[in-house]
Amino acid sequence: MLNAITVLLVFQLAGEVLARGLGLPLPGPVLGMALLLLALILRGGPGPGLQNTANGLLGHLSLLFVPAGTGIMLHADRLASEWPALLAALVLSTLAALAVSALVLSALQRRKRSRP
Amino acid sequence: MMRHDFTGLWVYLSASPLLGLTLTLLAYLGAWQLHRRAGGHPLVNPVLLAVLALIGVLWLTDTDYQTYFDGAQFVHFLLGPATVALAIPLYAQLQRLRTMAIPLGVTLLVGAATAIVVAWTIGALLGASEVSLISLAPKSVTTPIAMAVVEALGGLPSLTAALVIMTGIFGAMVAQGLFRLIGTDDPAVQGFAIGLAAHGIGTARAFQIGPQAGAFAALAMASNGLVTALLTPWLLPWLSRWFA
Repeated sequence: MLNAITVLLVFQLAGEVLARGLGLPLPGPVLGMALLLLALILRGGPGPGLQNTANGLLGHLSLLFVPAGTGIMLHADRLASEWPALLAALVLSTLAALAVSALVLSALQRRKRSRP
Repeated sequence: MMRHDFTGLWVYLSASPLLGLTLTLLAYLGAWQLHRRAGGHPLVNPVLLAVLALIGVLWLTDTDYQTYFDGAQFVHFLLGPATVALAIPLYAQLQRLRTMAIPLGVTLLVGAATAIVVAWTIGALLGASEVSLISLAPKSVTTPIAMAVVEALGGLPSLTAALVIMTGIFGAMVAQGLFRLIGTDDPAVQGFAIGLAAHGIGTARAFQIGPQAGAFAALAMASNGLVTALLTPWLLPWLSRWFA
Protein backbone atom coordinates (compact mmCIF):
# COMPACT_ATOMS: atom_id res chain seq x y z
CA MET A 1 0.00 0.00 0.00
CA LEU A 2 2.72 2.46 1.01
CA ASN A 3 4.83 1.33 -1.96
CA ALA A 4 1.91 1.75 -4.33
CA ILE A 5 1.03 5.27 -3.07
CA THR A 6 4.69 6.23 -3.44
CA VAL A 7 4.77 4.91 -7.02
CA LEU A 8 1.66 6.96 -7.91
CA LEU A 9 3.07 10.13 -6.33
CA VAL A 10 6.48 9.67 -8.00
CA PHE A 11 4.81 9.37 -11.41
CA GLN A 12 2.60 12.38 -10.70
CA LEU A 13 5.69 14.37 -9.74
CA ALA A 14 7.52 13.23 -12.87
CA GLY A 15 4.51 14.26 -14.97
CA GLU A 16 4.38 17.64 -13.24
CA VAL A 17 8.11 18.27 -13.81
CA LEU A 18 7.86 17.21 -17.46
CA ALA A 19 4.76 19.32 -18.15
CA ARG A 20 6.26 22.47 -16.62
CA GLY A 21 9.73 21.85 -18.00
CA LEU A 22 8.57 21.39 -21.59
CA GLY A 23 5.67 23.85 -21.34
CA LEU A 24 3.14 21.20 -22.44
CA PRO A 25 -0.61 22.04 -22.40
CA LEU A 26 -1.37 18.98 -20.21
CA PRO A 27 -1.70 18.75 -16.42
CA GLY A 28 1.01 16.82 -14.55
CA PRO A 29 -1.24 13.95 -13.40
CA VAL A 30 -2.39 13.21 -16.98
CA LEU A 31 1.24 13.02 -18.16
CA GLY A 32 2.00 10.94 -15.05
CA MET A 33 -0.70 8.51 -16.16
CA ALA A 34 0.92 8.23 -19.62
CA LEU A 35 4.35 7.65 -18.04
CA LEU A 36 2.97 4.96 -15.71
CA LEU A 37 1.25 3.25 -18.65
CA LEU A 38 4.59 3.22 -20.47
CA ALA A 39 6.30 1.76 -17.39
CA LEU A 40 3.62 -0.94 -17.10
CA ILE A 41 4.11 -1.90 -20.75
CA LEU A 42 7.88 -2.15 -20.26
CA ARG A 43 7.48 -4.07 -17.00
CA GLY A 44 4.65 -6.37 -18.12
CA GLY A 45 1.85 -5.21 -15.84
CA PRO A 46 1.20 -3.95 -12.30
CA GLY A 47 1.99 -5.99 -9.18
CA PRO A 48 -0.86 -6.94 -6.79
CA GLY A 49 -0.10 -4.03 -4.43
CA LEU A 50 -0.44 -1.38 -7.13
CA GLN A 51 -3.51 -3.14 -8.55
CA ASN A 52 -5.27 -3.12 -5.15
CA THR A 53 -4.42 0.50 -4.37
CA ALA A 54 -5.62 1.60 -7.82
CA ASN A 55 -8.89 -0.31 -7.33
CA GLY A 56 -9.34 1.36 -3.94
CA LEU A 57 -8.72 4.89 -5.29
CA LEU A 58 -10.82 4.43 -8.42
CA GLY A 59 -13.66 2.63 -6.62
CA HIS A 60 -14.75 5.98 -5.18
CA LEU A 61 -13.45 8.32 -7.86
CA SER A 62 -16.70 10.35 -7.56
CA LEU A 63 -15.82 11.39 -3.99
CA LEU A 64 -12.72 13.22 -5.21
CA PHE A 65 -14.82 15.67 -7.30
CA VAL A 66 -17.01 16.76 -4.39
CA PRO A 67 -14.76 19.57 -2.97
CA ALA A 68 -14.33 21.18 -6.42
CA GLY A 69 -18.03 20.66 -7.17
CA THR A 70 -19.03 22.55 -4.03
CA GLY A 71 -17.15 25.53 -5.54
CA ILE A 72 -20.15 26.02 -7.86
CA MET A 73 -21.57 28.13 -5.00
CA LEU A 74 -19.03 30.84 -5.82
CA HIS A 75 -20.69 31.37 -9.21
CA ALA A 76 -24.30 31.55 -8.15
CA ASP A 77 -24.52 35.19 -9.36
CA ARG A 78 -23.33 34.74 -12.93
CA LEU A 79 -25.08 31.42 -13.25
CA ALA A 80 -28.27 33.11 -12.10
CA SER A 81 -28.06 36.04 -14.54
CA GLU A 82 -27.12 33.99 -17.61
CA TRP A 83 -28.46 30.62 -16.62
CA PRO A 84 -30.91 29.93 -19.48
CA ALA A 85 -28.21 30.40 -22.15
CA LEU A 86 -25.41 28.66 -20.25
CA LEU A 87 -27.56 25.75 -19.12
CA ALA A 88 -29.07 25.16 -22.58
CA ALA A 89 -25.61 25.33 -24.18
CA LEU A 90 -24.16 22.96 -21.59
CA VAL A 91 -26.99 20.42 -21.82
CA LEU A 92 -27.29 20.34 -25.61
CA SER A 93 -23.54 20.31 -26.32
CA THR A 94 -22.97 17.48 -23.83
CA LEU A 95 -25.79 15.43 -25.39
CA ALA A 96 -24.41 16.18 -28.87
CA ALA A 97 -20.84 15.22 -27.90
CA LEU A 98 -22.04 11.95 -26.32
CA ALA A 99 -24.26 10.98 -29.26
CA VAL A 100 -21.82 12.00 -32.01
CA SER A 101 -18.89 10.18 -30.36
CA ALA A 102 -20.89 7.00 -29.77
CA LEU A 103 -22.37 6.97 -33.29
CA VAL A 104 -19.07 7.76 -35.07
CA LEU A 105 -17.12 5.14 -33.12
CA SER A 106 -19.81 2.46 -33.65
CA ALA A 107 -19.97 3.21 -37.38
CA LEU A 108 -16.17 3.05 -37.77
CA GLN A 109 -16.09 -0.23 -35.84
CA ARG A 110 -18.77 -1.77 -38.04
CA ARG A 111 -16.96 -0.70 -41.21
CA LYS A 112 -13.77 -2.25 -39.95
CA ARG A 113 -15.46 -5.53 -39.07
CA SER A 114 -17.26 -5.80 -42.42
CA ARG A 115 -13.98 -5.51 -44.33
CA PRO A 116 -12.20 -8.83 -45.05
CA MET B 1 -22.65 29.26 29.87
CA MET B 2 -23.70 26.43 27.53
CA ARG B 3 -24.05 28.89 24.71
CA HIS B 4 -20.63 30.31 25.39
CA ASP B 5 -19.06 26.82 25.32
CA PHE B 6 -20.76 26.05 22.05
CA THR B 7 -19.56 29.27 20.42
CA GLY B 8 -16.03 28.55 21.60
CA LEU B 9 -16.19 25.04 20.21
CA TRP B 10 -17.54 26.34 16.89
CA VAL B 11 -14.77 28.94 16.60
CA TYR B 12 -12.19 26.22 17.28
CA LEU B 13 -13.68 23.69 14.83
CA SER B 14 -14.30 26.13 12.01
CA ALA B 15 -10.61 27.09 12.09
CA SER B 16 -9.41 23.47 11.78
CA PRO B 17 -9.42 21.37 8.62
CA LEU B 18 -11.14 18.50 10.47
CA LEU B 19 -14.65 19.85 9.94
CA GLY B 20 -14.46 20.42 6.17
CA LEU B 21 -12.85 17.01 5.63
CA THR B 22 -15.34 15.13 7.82
CA LEU B 23 -18.34 16.94 6.29
CA THR B 24 -17.15 16.00 2.79
CA LEU B 25 -16.90 12.31 3.69
CA LEU B 26 -20.23 12.30 5.55
CA ALA B 27 -22.02 14.05 2.67
CA TYR B 28 -20.53 11.61 0.17
CA LEU B 29 -21.32 8.50 2.24
CA GLY B 30 -24.91 9.68 2.65
CA ALA B 31 -25.17 10.39 -1.09
CA TRP B 32 -23.62 6.98 -1.86
CA GLN B 33 -26.20 5.23 0.37
CA LEU B 34 -29.03 6.95 -1.53
CA HIS B 35 -27.36 6.06 -4.83
CA ARG B 36 -27.14 2.40 -3.77
CA ARG B 37 -30.68 2.31 -2.50
CA ALA B 38 -31.82 3.64 -5.89
CA GLY B 39 -30.15 0.58 -7.44
CA GLY B 40 -27.20 2.61 -8.73
CA HIS B 41 -29.50 4.61 -11.02
CA PRO B 42 -27.46 7.23 -12.97
CA LEU B 43 -29.96 10.02 -12.25
CA VAL B 44 -29.31 9.67 -8.49
CA ASN B 45 -25.76 10.97 -8.97
CA PRO B 46 -23.63 10.84 -5.80
CA VAL B 47 -21.50 13.90 -6.73
CA LEU B 48 -24.61 16.03 -7.28
CA LEU B 49 -26.28 14.92 -4.03
CA ALA B 50 -23.12 15.42 -1.94
CA VAL B 51 -22.48 18.88 -3.49
CA LEU B 52 -26.07 20.00 -2.84
CA ALA B 53 -25.92 18.77 0.77
CA LEU B 54 -22.60 20.56 1.38
CA ILE B 55 -23.77 23.83 -0.18
CA GLY B 56 -26.85 23.61 2.06
CA VAL B 57 -24.76 23.10 5.21
CA LEU B 58 -22.30 25.88 4.32
CA TRP B 59 -25.16 28.26 3.59
CA LEU B 60 -27.00 27.45 6.83
CA THR B 61 -23.85 27.86 8.94
CA ASP B 62 -22.73 30.96 7.01
CA THR B 63 -19.37 29.34 6.21
CA ASP B 64 -17.44 30.58 3.17
CA TYR B 65 -16.10 28.19 0.54
CA GLN B 66 -12.44 28.92 1.29
CA THR B 67 -12.86 27.89 4.95
CA TYR B 68 -14.55 24.66 3.84
CA PHE B 69 -11.89 23.98 1.19
CA ASP B 70 -9.06 24.31 3.74
CA GLY B 71 -10.30 20.97 5.08
CA ALA B 72 -11.67 19.43 1.89
CA GLN B 73 -8.41 19.98 0.01
CA PHE B 74 -7.08 16.70 1.42
CA VAL B 75 -9.74 14.83 -0.56
CA HIS B 76 -9.20 17.13 -3.54
CA PHE B 77 -5.47 16.35 -3.52
CA LEU B 78 -6.15 12.63 -4.13
CA LEU B 79 -7.44 13.50 -7.63
CA GLY B 80 -3.80 13.67 -8.77
CA PRO B 81 -2.70 10.16 -7.71
CA ALA B 82 -6.12 8.78 -8.79
CA THR B 83 -5.58 10.20 -12.29
CA VAL B 84 -2.14 8.54 -12.43
CA ALA B 85 -3.76 5.27 -11.25
CA LEU B 86 -6.00 5.27 -14.36
CA ALA B 87 -2.95 3.82 -16.16
CA ILE B 88 -3.71 0.47 -14.53
CA PRO B 89 -7.19 -0.15 -16.06
CA LEU B 90 -5.84 1.30 -19.32
CA TYR B 91 -3.05 -1.27 -19.34
CA ALA B 92 -5.61 -4.06 -18.92
CA GLN B 93 -7.38 -2.91 -22.14
CA LEU B 94 -4.21 -2.39 -24.18
CA GLN B 95 -4.92 -5.20 -26.68
CA ARG B 96 -8.32 -3.81 -27.65
CA LEU B 97 -7.05 -0.19 -27.64
CA ARG B 98 -4.36 -1.09 -30.18
CA THR B 99 -6.82 -2.65 -32.62
CA MET B 100 -9.10 0.41 -32.38
CA ALA B 101 -6.45 3.15 -32.60
CA ILE B 102 -7.63 4.81 -35.84
CA PRO B 103 -11.41 4.77 -35.12
CA LEU B 104 -10.65 6.15 -31.65
CA GLY B 105 -8.51 8.98 -33.08
CA VAL B 106 -11.16 10.02 -35.60
CA THR B 107 -13.93 9.89 -32.98
CA LEU B 108 -11.83 11.98 -30.65
CA LEU B 109 -11.41 14.83 -33.16
CA VAL B 110 -15.07 14.82 -34.23
CA GLY B 111 -16.40 14.54 -30.66
CA ALA B 112 -14.12 17.25 -29.25
CA ALA B 113 -15.05 19.70 -32.03
CA THR B 114 -18.77 18.91 -31.60
CA ALA B 115 -18.64 19.72 -27.87
CA ILE B 116 -16.97 23.11 -28.45
CA VAL B 117 -18.93 24.23 -31.53
CA VAL B 118 -22.38 23.23 -30.26
CA ALA B 119 -21.76 24.86 -26.85
CA TRP B 120 -20.68 28.15 -28.46
CA THR B 121 -23.48 28.15 -31.05
CA ILE B 122 -26.32 27.54 -28.60
CA GLY B 123 -24.87 29.94 -26.01
CA ALA B 124 -24.37 32.71 -28.59
CA LEU B 125 -27.85 32.28 -30.07
CA LEU B 126 -29.37 32.60 -26.59
CA GLY B 127 -27.38 35.75 -25.83
CA ALA B 128 -24.65 34.63 -23.41
CA SER B 129 -21.80 37.14 -23.02
CA GLU B 130 -18.52 36.50 -24.84
CA VAL B 131 -16.67 36.00 -21.53
CA SER B 132 -19.15 33.30 -20.54
CA LEU B 133 -18.91 31.66 -23.96
CA ILE B 134 -15.11 31.47 -23.74
CA SER B 135 -15.41 30.05 -20.23
CA LEU B 136 -17.91 27.45 -21.48
CA ALA B 137 -16.11 26.25 -24.63
CA PRO B 138 -13.69 23.64 -23.17
CA LYS B 139 -16.13 22.39 -20.50
CA SER B 140 -15.93 18.73 -21.58
CA VAL B 141 -12.35 18.28 -20.35
CA THR B 142 -10.87 17.84 -16.92
CA THR B 143 -10.79 20.99 -14.73
CA PRO B 144 -7.04 21.83 -14.75
CA ILE B 145 -6.83 21.72 -18.56
CA ALA B 146 -10.10 23.59 -19.10
CA MET B 147 -9.06 26.31 -16.64
CA ALA B 148 -5.65 26.76 -18.27
CA VAL B 149 -7.20 27.01 -21.75
CA VAL B 150 -9.78 29.57 -20.61
CA GLU B 151 -7.23 31.66 -18.75
CA ALA B 152 -5.08 31.96 -21.89
CA LEU B 153 -8.13 33.02 -23.94
CA GLY B 154 -9.39 35.68 -21.52
CA GLY B 155 -12.32 33.85 -19.90
CA LEU B 156 -13.08 33.27 -16.22
CA PRO B 157 -11.25 30.12 -15.01
CA SER B 158 -13.30 29.77 -11.83
CA LEU B 159 -16.57 29.94 -13.79
CA THR B 160 -15.09 27.27 -16.07
CA ALA B 161 -14.45 25.04 -13.04
CA ALA B 162 -18.15 25.27 -12.12
CA LEU B 163 -19.30 24.58 -15.71
CA VAL B 164 -16.87 21.64 -16.06
CA ILE B 165 -18.26 20.01 -12.91
CA MET B 166 -21.86 20.60 -14.05
CA THR B 167 -21.05 19.05 -17.45
CA GLY B 168 -19.50 16.00 -15.77
CA ILE B 169 -22.49 15.47 -13.49
CA PHE B 170 -24.99 15.98 -16.32
CA GLY B 171 -23.08 13.67 -18.70
CA ALA B 172 -22.86 10.94 -16.06
CA MET B 173 -26.59 11.24 -15.41
CA VAL B 174 -27.88 11.08 -18.99
CA ALA B 175 -25.29 9.02 -20.91
CA GLN B 176 -26.77 5.56 -20.43
CA GLY B 177 -30.31 6.70 -21.28
CA LEU B 178 -28.99 8.33 -24.45
CA PHE B 179 -27.03 5.18 -25.41
CA ARG B 180 -30.20 3.09 -25.07
CA LEU B 181 -32.01 5.58 -27.29
CA ILE B 182 -29.42 5.44 -30.11
CA GLY B 183 -28.73 1.71 -29.66
CA THR B 184 -25.10 1.79 -28.51
CA ASP B 185 -24.40 -1.33 -26.44
CA ASP B 186 -20.62 -1.87 -26.73
CA PRO B 187 -19.13 -0.94 -23.33
CA ALA B 188 -15.91 0.25 -25.02
CA VAL B 189 -17.88 2.71 -27.20
CA GLN B 190 -20.03 3.83 -24.24
CA GLY B 191 -16.99 4.41 -22.05
CA PHE B 192 -15.11 6.33 -24.75
CA ALA B 193 -18.08 8.65 -25.39
CA ILE B 194 -18.62 9.32 -21.66
CA GLY B 195 -14.94 10.05 -20.99
CA LEU B 196 -14.76 12.34 -24.03
CA ALA B 197 -17.89 14.37 -23.21
CA ALA B 198 -17.87 14.27 -19.39
CA HIS B 199 -14.21 13.84 -18.26
CA GLY B 200 -13.47 12.41 -14.78
CA ILE B 201 -17.00 12.44 -13.36
CA GLY B 202 -18.14 10.59 -16.49
CA THR B 203 -15.19 8.21 -16.07
CA ALA B 204 -16.26 7.48 -12.49
CA ARG B 205 -19.71 6.58 -13.83
CA ALA B 206 -18.17 4.47 -16.63
CA PHE B 207 -16.38 2.31 -14.05
CA GLN B 208 -19.85 1.44 -12.70
CA ILE B 209 -20.78 0.09 -16.16
CA GLY B 210 -17.65 -2.09 -15.99
CA PRO B 211 -13.83 -2.11 -16.10
CA GLN B 212 -13.71 -1.98 -19.91
CA ALA B 213 -16.00 1.06 -20.12
CA GLY B 214 -13.92 2.66 -17.35
CA ALA B 215 -10.63 2.11 -19.16
CA PHE B 216 -11.95 3.53 -22.44
CA ALA B 217 -13.39 6.51 -20.56
CA ALA B 218 -9.99 7.16 -18.95
CA LEU B 219 -8.33 7.06 -22.37
CA ALA B 220 -10.91 9.43 -23.89
CA MET B 221 -10.64 11.83 -20.95
CA ALA B 222 -6.86 12.04 -21.20
CA SER B 223 -6.69 12.37 -24.98
CA ASN B 224 -9.57 14.85 -25.17
CA GLY B 225 -7.67 16.98 -22.65
CA LEU B 226 -4.85 17.29 -25.16
CA VAL B 227 -7.09 17.71 -28.24
CA THR B 228 -9.32 20.37 -26.65
CA ALA B 229 -6.29 22.29 -25.35
CA LEU B 230 -4.97 22.48 -28.94
CA LEU B 231 -8.33 22.85 -30.73
CA THR B 232 -10.06 25.56 -28.63
CA PRO B 233 -7.65 28.48 -29.29
CA TRP B 234 -7.88 27.64 -32.99
CA LEU B 235 -11.70 27.30 -33.19
CA LEU B 236 -12.78 30.25 -31.04
CA PRO B 237 -11.70 33.12 -33.34
CA TRP B 238 -13.77 31.47 -36.10
CA LEU B 239 -16.82 31.04 -33.89
CA SER B 240 -16.44 34.53 -32.48
CA ARG B 241 -16.43 36.10 -35.96
CA TRP B 242 -19.32 33.94 -37.10
CA PHE B 243 -21.62 35.07 -34.30
CA ALA B 244 -20.36 38.65 -33.95
